[in-house]
Amino acid sequence: MPESELQTDASQTKPEITDPVVSFENVSISFDDKVVLKDISFIVHPAETRIILGPAGCGKSVLMKLANGLIKPDSGTIRVFGEDVTAMREVDLFKLRARIGMVFQESALFDSLSVEDNVAYRLHEELIPEDESHKRVEEVLNFVDLANAIDKFPSELSGGMRRRVSIARAIITGPDLILYDSPTGGLDPITSTTIVELVVKQRDVSHTTSLLITHRLQDAFTLATHHFDQAAGKMERIPNNGIDDSTRFLVLNEGNVVFDGSTLDLVHSTDPFIREYLGENTPDKAGD
Amino acid sequence: MSFVSPEIFAKQKVAAIQDYSVLAGRAFANLFSSPRYWADIFTQMDSIGFGSLPIVVLTGFFTGCVLALQSSTSLQEFGAVSMTGNLVALSMVKELGPVLTGLMVSGRNASGMASELGSMKVTEQIDAMRALGTDPVRKLVTPRLSATIFMLFFLTIMSDAVGIAGGALVSVALLGLNASTYFHNSYRALVYADVVQGLTKPLFFGFIIASVGCYFGMNTKGGTQGVGRATTQAVVVSSVFIIVVDFLISRLMIGIFGR
Repeated sequence: MPESELQTDASQTKPEITDPVVSFENVSISFDDKVVLKDISFIVHPAETRIILGPAGCGKSVLMKLANGLIKPDSGTIRVFGEDVTAMREVDLFKLRARIGMVFQESALFDSLSVEDNVAYRLHEELIPEDESHKRVEEVLNFVDLANAIDKFPSELSGGMRRRVSIARAIITGPDLILYDSPTGGLDPITSTTIVELVVKQRDVSHTTSLLITHRLQDAFTLATHHFDQAAGKMERIPNNGIDDSTRFLVLNEGNVVFDGSTLDLVHSTDPFIREYLGENTPDKAGD
Repeated sequence: MSFVSPEIFAKQKVAAIQDYSVLAGRAFANLFSSPRYWADIFTQMDSIGFGSLPIVVLTGFFTGCVLALQSSTSLQEFGAVSMTGNLVALSMVKELGPVLTGLMVSGRNASGMASELGSMKVTEQIDAMRALGTDPVRKLVTPRLSATIFMLFFLTIMSDAVGIAGGALVSVALLGLNASTYFHNSYRALVYADVVQGLTKPLFFGFIIASVGCYFGMNTKGGTQGVGRATTQAVVVSSVFIIVVDFLISRLMIGIFGR
């Protein structure tokens, strides 16, 4: 199917453009004289899923940590929910982070805590009663299809299971923004698809704004070309080669933004770097 | 090993002192505000205090034994073997009890803290904690700091007690002294100033052990090799700090109390 026949998903309503959830304005950061991000600017609207692509070492994970205030930029302004995270004290950032869920590249589960305690970490911090906390952990583990792993420890889990626990930990409090740092990195294609399905499910069921880093173009295009069918309980390709309107792309290269736009704009881009980077992984083939 | 210019070296050291001071200051300030992680504090008390009891008791006991044994030779020359109790009690309470307990706990726990927090750092668990809205200094450093200060105080008392008991065993069994005389002399040798000096030191040593161990753990870089490096540095630096601070406190106490 040629790329030109790609259509936007009619069943999806275009998200209302309101104040951006995340905005980067001329953000730069260097480590040991090496410039990692140079004058980056972009915005993420409510209910949008922003996929961040780029070669290894181009600053994608740094960008994600900047968005969560885990590191501070050398210059520029980052606003999350309208608050300037670059100027906030760490104590105030802790309150802001209560609205943000983050899935780390290597899961970053607390290895001395069980799956239940990992997932319920935030609930325990908020002093939620044990009964309610247990119930919510069970619900969210059902969502990620890991109900039987509740008593296990992270060392007993496979890589894919750890990622799913990490997703469960990030979404248990129903955050308004989710940051996925390479959730499929290092996983086999089948497990990757399971993780992508979870991301799509979270996007289409909860309409949560999210930023997602991935190295796997096929995962990115699966996100753009599939939706979650709640009745069937599984991810399906959007009919008539439709694409999800709320999914947009940001491509980085050598610390610069080389693309910021929709899936259609991306596949039609004439930029030589993007053509080379995408190669044959265009959306009409991604779902194959 | 790479060589850096003196300027960069000096800047790195000043930055490290600044980072250490900020971490130690924040950890100490957290003692006086909520939330407090009582479960973590009690877990650390158990691990640091009860867990260190065997090495502290053994070290203290045999130090007391050897102190009595070695000092008897010199005291014999002056016909003062009966003063062994005085010597053991004063040495243990003022100096050896606090310092040896500090060094033992440093070897066991500063390394443990550096490796535990270092592993958490390199596997992004510390960042995950921050991302989940928890202050890692409050959750990880402050409980270790309060637990070490609190438990080292009592471990030192235990060390002093078993050290004097060890000295008594040697004095009675090998030197032929009267047990009652030994304990009487030990008791008489100690005055208020000695006890204050001996019990002030562990408060500072506990602070050094926990803050240095946590500092190196929280600033670990470079994977598993970095964890190993942080562990070694934590033990070396905290041990040296303990010896240096011991001298400073001793001088200060002698200045205040005159002995």
